[in-house]
Amino acid sequence: MSKFKLISTIKELPIEEGFSPGHGLCAGCTIPTIIRMVTKIAKGNIIVVSPTGCLEVSTSVYPTTAWKIPWIHVAFENAAAVASGVKSAFSVLKRKGMIVDDPFVVVIGGDGGTADIGIQAMSGMFERQDKVTYICYDNEAYMNTGIQRSGATPYGAWTTTTPFGVKSIGKAVLKKDLFSIAIAHKVKYAATVSIGYVNDMLKKLSKALINTPSFIHYLQPCPTGWRFDPALSVKIGKLAVQTGLWPLLEYENGKVKVTVSLTKRLPVTEYLKHQGRFKHLFKKYPQIIEELQSHADELAEEYGFSPLVSTPI
Amino acid sequence: MKVIQKNRLALSGNEAVAYAVKQAKVDVTAVYPITPSTAVSEKISEYVAKGELDGELLLVESEHSALSACIGAAAVGARVFTVTCSQGLLLMHEILYIASALRVPVVMAVANRSISAPLNIWCDHSDAMDQRDTNWIMIFVLSVQEVYDRMIQAFRIAEDFRVRLPIMVNYDGFTLSHTYSPVDVLSDEEVSPFLPRREPPFKLDPKNPITLGAVGNPDYYMEAKVQASKALTDSLLVIDEVDKEFEKKFGRSYGIYRKFMMEDAEIAIVGMGSAMGTAKEAVRRLRKEGKKVGALILNIYRPFAYEMLAKELKDLKALGVMERALSPGGVSSPLMSDLLSTLYLNSINIPTMNFIAGLGGRDITIDDFRKMFSELELLEKGKSKRPYLTYVGLRSEEREMVL
Repeated sequence: MSKFKLISTIKELPIEEGFSPGHGLCAGCTIPTIIRMVTKIAKGNIIVVSPTGCLEVSTSVYPTTAWKIPWIHVAFENAAAVASGVKSAFSVLKRKGMIVDDPFVVVIGGDGGTADIGIQAMSGMFERQDKVTYICYDNEAYMNTGIQRSGATPYGAWTTTTPFGVKSIGKAVLKKDLFSIAIAHKVKYAATVSIGYVNDMLKKLSKALINTPSFIHYLQPCPTGWRFDPALSVKIGKLAVQTGLWPLLEYENGKVKVTVSLTKRLPVTEYLKHQGRFKHLFKKYPQIIEELQSHADELAEEYGFSPLVSTPI
Repeated sequence: MKVIQKNRLALSGNEAVAYAVKQAKVDVTAVYPITPSTAVSEKISEYVAKGELDGELLLVESEHSALSACIGAAAVGARVFTVTCSQGLLLMHEILYIASALRVPVVMAVANRSISAPLNIWCDHSDAMDQRDTNWIMIFVLSVQEVYDRMIQAFRIAEDFRVRLPIMVNYDGFTLSHTYSPVDVLSDEEVSPFLPRREPPFKLDPKNPITLGAVGNPDYYMEAKVQASKALTDSLLVIDEVDKEFEKKFGRSYGIYRKFMMEDAEIAIVGMGSAMGTAKEAVRRLRKEGKKVGALILNIYRPFAYEMLAKELKDLKALGVMERALSPGGVSSPLMSDLLSTLYLNSINIPTMNFIAGLGGRDITIDDFRKMFSELELLEKGKSKRPYLTYVGLRSEEREMVL
């Protein structure tokens, strides 16, 4: 662990890849980006555990694999428990002198496997303070099964199980606050990250690997489920931050701080307008857009962002 | 735990399991409490706290996570253990299939208990029977001594390269889990060479990366499942081999099944678990009365030794199967279904009866077995008026279905 160095720019990353091209994830999906980053930061000294989900089915279809590092999938709701087992095995076998390695153990799972069906196992793992890093790639719905709402689906969003109609605005309740849930467990480190802010993400991933248990909440723009042009993934990731809907935060030494502050805050419509899942709001439910704006304003006040919404550039 | 003499301890079934786990030097134990198996985790926690067992103890938040953690740890090459029963085993159910399909040698003790509703903490075999198609080796035991011995054997069998399958050691809740018996234990010096550490054939290792738990589409799924199933069938040989080696070294063995007064028996009852001890006593008494009766105690339920069993049962004039589980809406109870297939495939046509007894901890007495044998006697003579599926000790308006 002594050799481990905090990484804060892409240039510092090693060239060796832990993840191969040729996987089956959608065009514009940014899950591979965070995996490449975390496996590079760990310099391959890593075990990745994944629950069932987009990532799992797209990277491990026998007899092929996209994983150049050891990877295990057991089921949907238990990735955190599997990771606890993996980590404890390395600890005890190393202590007994039966192995020499004690790699980073990292869960990489979707919002369904984290916020919903897997939350119990994750809660247990955090409570036990097991030395595991949990990364949730949050594409805000069950994308692998075809865009059904999850506990992480945002207010007003269309999914196949929250269609809009005379009696439905889309998803009628707010998104689950995973970052706060993780903090409530007194994890050693937690952070929210975005594909639009890569250096911020690298720093946070580095810290998350060495300060365990840790939680990384990665907003994962999903062109397929959110209904946008795959070329826009990074832009959407940036807009989520710039509208104040996805504040970039860090929890360390018991305190939450903002890592990317907003001096110019954009109106939420700038984020919503690119996405088909919010299209119905513009046509039929402008009051929901207003509510989402109020929600962003509240977040801005909480995190000290610019109170004024600037005109889009 | 009370020391009676050197290497003879007074142990409950739960303590015997924990003692075997300590001697097997289990690396990772992941547990969640459930009556009547809880004392196993308490005892292991005590061993770890006192430094008598150098292992990681994962006190997880559910049985589902307990087995999941065992799979993760076993995938790294650790020796792992968990214990549960009843609702806990049912909560694990999904993961049981995955443990066997990933070919990780998990050892699990199950203090058999009924399934809710109504909530009931007492013994029957419904929990284990719910797992019979999960591709696990399933051992049933008759005594506290046997649960200790089988636990030691279990690690050896599961980790054998010809097997690489998880094992469930079933011991009756309360009847065995909480009953103290004198147990002849092995010394640590005897256990260590019997359970040697072997480098696993595959493991999660940063120096040699593998992908474990891949997607198997229609082009590969069937082969994967059939290979695991075949490994289970073939494990019978290893189970027997390990049992024989255990006998050679330590003087005790149990076999795939054991026969009690079966040599010239005309009527016999087959069953599993501690109630078969009562069956033995009933047989002993009936023999004194000149009845040609016997009992066959099945120790290994999965893999099912159908070829061997056919040979043992073919000359009987009537066969009864006593089982502490139901298969509602089905032809018969699970063990009976296996035996019926065995008889049919071997063209053995003997009158049979399926006795359902002891659900939810209802007592099964010597007198109950006497009634079962009398009914089988009537059956042999073609005079039984009871249906093929008969309940022992049930209160019911339908008198003819009750013994």
